[in-house]
Amino acid sequence: MGLTGKISAGIIATIFFLSLFSSFIIPYDPETIELDSLRQPPSLKHPLGTDNKGRDILARVLYGGKISISVSVFAAFLSMGIGLLIGLLSGYFGGKTDMFFMSLVDLVLSFPALLLAVGVSVIFPPGIYTVMIALSSVGWASFARLIRGHVLTLRESSFIEAAKAVGCSHARILSVHLFPQCIPIAFVMTGLKLGGYILTEAALSFLGLGAQPPTATWGSMISANRVFISSAPWMVFSPGVMIAITALCFNLLGDDLREKYDIEKYSIRL
Amino acid sequence: MKIYVIKKIALLILLLFGITLITFTLTKALPGDPVYNMVGERSSPEIIEKIRKEIGADKGIMRQYIGYVSLLAKGEMGRSYHTNRKVLDDIIMKFPNTLKLAAGAMLIAVPFGVLFGFISALKKNMMIDRFITGMSIAGLSIPVFWSGLMLMLFFSLKLKLLPPSGTGDISYLLLPSITLSLPAMATLVRVTRVTVLDVMNMPFIKTARAKGISERSLNMIHIMKNALIPIITVIGLEFGSYLNGAVLTETIFGWDGIGRFTMEGIIKRDYPVIMGCIIVGTLVVVLINFLVDIIYHYIDPRVRIHGTDR
Repeated sequence: MGLTGKISAGIIATIFFLSLFSSFIIPYDPETIELDSLRQPPSLKHPLGTDNKGRDILARVLYGGKISISVSVFAAFLSMGIGLLIGLLSGYFGGKTDMFFMSLVDLVLSFPALLLAVGVSVIFPPGIYTVMIALSSVGWASFARLIRGHVLTLRESSFIEAAKAVGCSHARILSVHLFPQCIPIAFVMTGLKLGGYILTEAALSFLGLGAQPPTATWGSMISANRVFISSAPWMVFSPGVMIAITALCFNLLGDDLREKYDIEKYSIRL
Repeated sequence: MKIYVIKKIALLILLLFGITLITFTLTKALPGDPVYNMVGERSSPEIIEKIRKEIGADKGIMRQYIGYVSLLAKGEMGRSYHTNRKVLDDIIMKFPNTLKLAAGAMLIAVPFGVLFGFISALKKNMMIDRFITGMSIAGLSIPVFWSGLMLMLFFSLKLKLLPPSGTGDISYLLLPSITLSLPAMATLVRVTRVTVLDVMNMPFIKTARAKGISERSLNMIHIMKNALIPIITVIGLEFGSYLNGAVLTETIFGWDGIGRFTMEGIIKRDYPVIMGCIIVGTLVVVLINFLVDIIYHYIDPRVRIHGTDR
């Protein structure tokens, strides 16, 4: 991993650990309303200021980070799982199975991702699980296409032929012989996509489809505070900076991974 | 060419059937009742029944779907559950606004994106390349709704140069267009850089250099012309992301376009509106892809359209 990748991974880890232990670092609770400290600009007492209900923004930003990052990472891995399953089946069996799954992939990819995610998330009551489902119901498609392409090339190789000759069942070939071969590129792809997941998660929470108030997420903090933008810009500023830094680090990390493990050689345009 | 067009149209009709059927069954089969949203959960059962009959929600799903398709065939999209206005009229009214926004964003993103990507490739690994690549990654990482708010804060509320929100002439259009263009520009920079670098490594560039062609015409004629195809593809594909971005940008700037209309429809479970917007969105994406194919045909003689390729 290059230097940029290492630094980015370090920053992400730092942000996540600060969020995990935010209750030990900051003396304020992210959800307790304090009416005598409304809309205070950044000061020594409140480094990032307070919001419309007197809650400390630093506490909320860190607490929100825990939710935003874990939801995005979880959704990315969920997409990876679905994509792996469908890609393996589609590439290995080919024929009608392949045609069915790949037209589904085309359908998902041809539609604006955010609209699709919004469409999925209104089906369920808003919350973090809904966001995870929405993100992965859109995200699996590109994983499935990548894995399928990889399986197509593997299918013809001699070790699969040998496995067939020995009499391995389809299930065994898929799970023991093909699946482990797909793990590395699936992980690289996850790394590439995480920045996008952070942004889409933020957008969904911004639109009010994520975790509900008083729970803080970066996106919902921006949407709840944007009416005060002219009088108290700090309320909107810091959550946005956090989204941007996290997404930037994930994107840099992804670029680094892309350079190291050239997954374009699997003939997939990302 | 004729066969190709006919094939494309047939495919489009099939795609529309598929998409309407899927969204229709999804919206109907899943929890959440539009009637409650219309009249409130505490209304009397008689009123709920009456409205359910009025919008046809008491019939089976299949009959509702057939009813909807026959309505579409007549060139209508039904009425919104909330405003009782014709969905098609609203879409016709709002669509030009979104188009204006997308066109404005494209006018900013395409020239600057291609130019910066080109410069970045020509000056590979120099300071300016590092700077441009860094900025493009940053552009992909900043959420649209935040950069929009920051632009609004700076230009409208602090400097008071431009109106903060609303629909109207070019002064209203400027900030949302810039906001929407940022991620598209970043993508274009990256794609242009990679393609130009690819083309620069090809043998015919060496030949052209060996023939003694001036650096300038080498750049303009040999490199740019060959790099154009992937770039045009991305410009076409990015149109989908304009629709994505439009939902957020239009929400922030109060721009009265399709994105906000769709969003409101989805939140209020206004099914005729959702269906109408999805159909229009699909049509737009397919049409753009079709246009990109045709443009290919003209700028690259290597690409022949027979209807069997792709």
